[in-house]
Amino acid sequence: MTEILRSAINILSEALVPLFIAVVPLVAMIRGVKIYEQFVEGAKDGFNVAVRIIPYLVAILVAIGMFRASGALDWVAGAIRPLTEAIGMPAEILPVALMRPLSGSGSLGLVTELINTHGADSFIGRLASTLYGSTETTFYVLAVYFGSVGITRSRHAVLAGLLADATGVLAAVFICRVLFL
Amino acid sequence: MLNYIWLGLVLCSIVVGTVNGRLKEVTEAAFQMAETSVTIAIGLIGIMSLWLGLMRIAEKAGIVRFLAWLLTPLFKLIFPEIPKGHPSLGSMLLNISASWLGLGNAATPLGLKAMEQLQELNPVKDTASDSQVTFLAINTASITIVPTTIIAVRASAGSANATEIIGTTIFASGCATIIAILASRLLRHFFPVRKEASHD
Repeated sequence: MTEILRSAINILSEALVPLFIAVVPLVAMIRGVKIYEQFVEGAKDGFNVAVRIIPYLVAILVAIGMFRASGALDWVAGAIRPLTEAIGMPAEILPVALMRPLSGSGSLGLVTELINTHGADSFIGRLASTLYGSTETTFYVLAVYFGSVGITRSRHAVLAGLLADATGVLAAVFICRVLFL
Repeated sequence: MLNYIWLGLVLCSIVVGTVNGRLKEVTEAAFQMAETSVTIAIGLIGIMSLWLGLMRIAEKAGIVRFLAWLLTPLFKLIFPEIPKGHPSLGSMLLNISASWLGLGNAATPLGLKAMEQLQELNPVKDTASDSQVTFLAINTASITIVPTTIIAVRASAGSANATEIIGTTIFASGCATIIAILASRLLRHFFPVRKEASHD
């Protein structure tokens, strides 16, 4: 059953983009849209959007890069370790949880390292994998999404995003302990 | 809030970097990340143009409006302030479906399109609207049905069952998404939009 579901999901995720690229112009053509002209018209914005996010990305990524390079993450990890050990999170996992909202490539590096040291099918390997897949790089998403429309006042977005990250970590620890321990 | 986080990150880095004797690395990281930011942005141009072109066709053909109309009942709960059938709903649906399927490089351009359409409804342009915060929070939590990257890492590390973390990932990201929606709803009153402050 899960095997069928899994291959269905795989087929869907492989076929969806080509389907979209085929069906959209076809439907548009039938409805009398000049598809080539409209495509070019829309694509013109691609450059502007990409350039527009640069200052926001620089601001966020530089601050995060400095923070990572300073070793401050180890200090934070040391400070909250008693708390995370109390809920049953292995010490090896904590750096991944802290890195995830800050850096996608950084946390992927940590997860890959854990998987290679402890094995993909160990408890730590499975928990690290779940953790990586269950949240996004909050600060990067914030810089790109808000930057693209020129928003500098993010209100409660950071707080909501970080609360979601924390929930993702707790939920990952909980479900992995239940299923894999 | 970003002002404080930004200052906090930078000051922390300098202080901790000095104590750890890593001040040189901190400075190098700053320059290197500035460069990386541009690389990332430039890398987005092509894929961004492709999806924005397709989205323009989909919009002109009424496909985005149709999707928006389909989703109105569900989105009415999450985004009560967006008018019925607004194109941003259609774009958000496409963005969320793409990230569910682990199609990262389709999800971002579609999400940015949705953000632009939400910006049309936003009265104070430099401040995020309620819907924009909710949409962003959903994206930072992002339910993933197929976490493609991590499955590849597991498979190459010789996992006997590389996909067994799909279920746990859906559970954890589902919880995160629910909290993202609730938090953005409950916290909005503590962070009101200030019109007069838009130029300081």
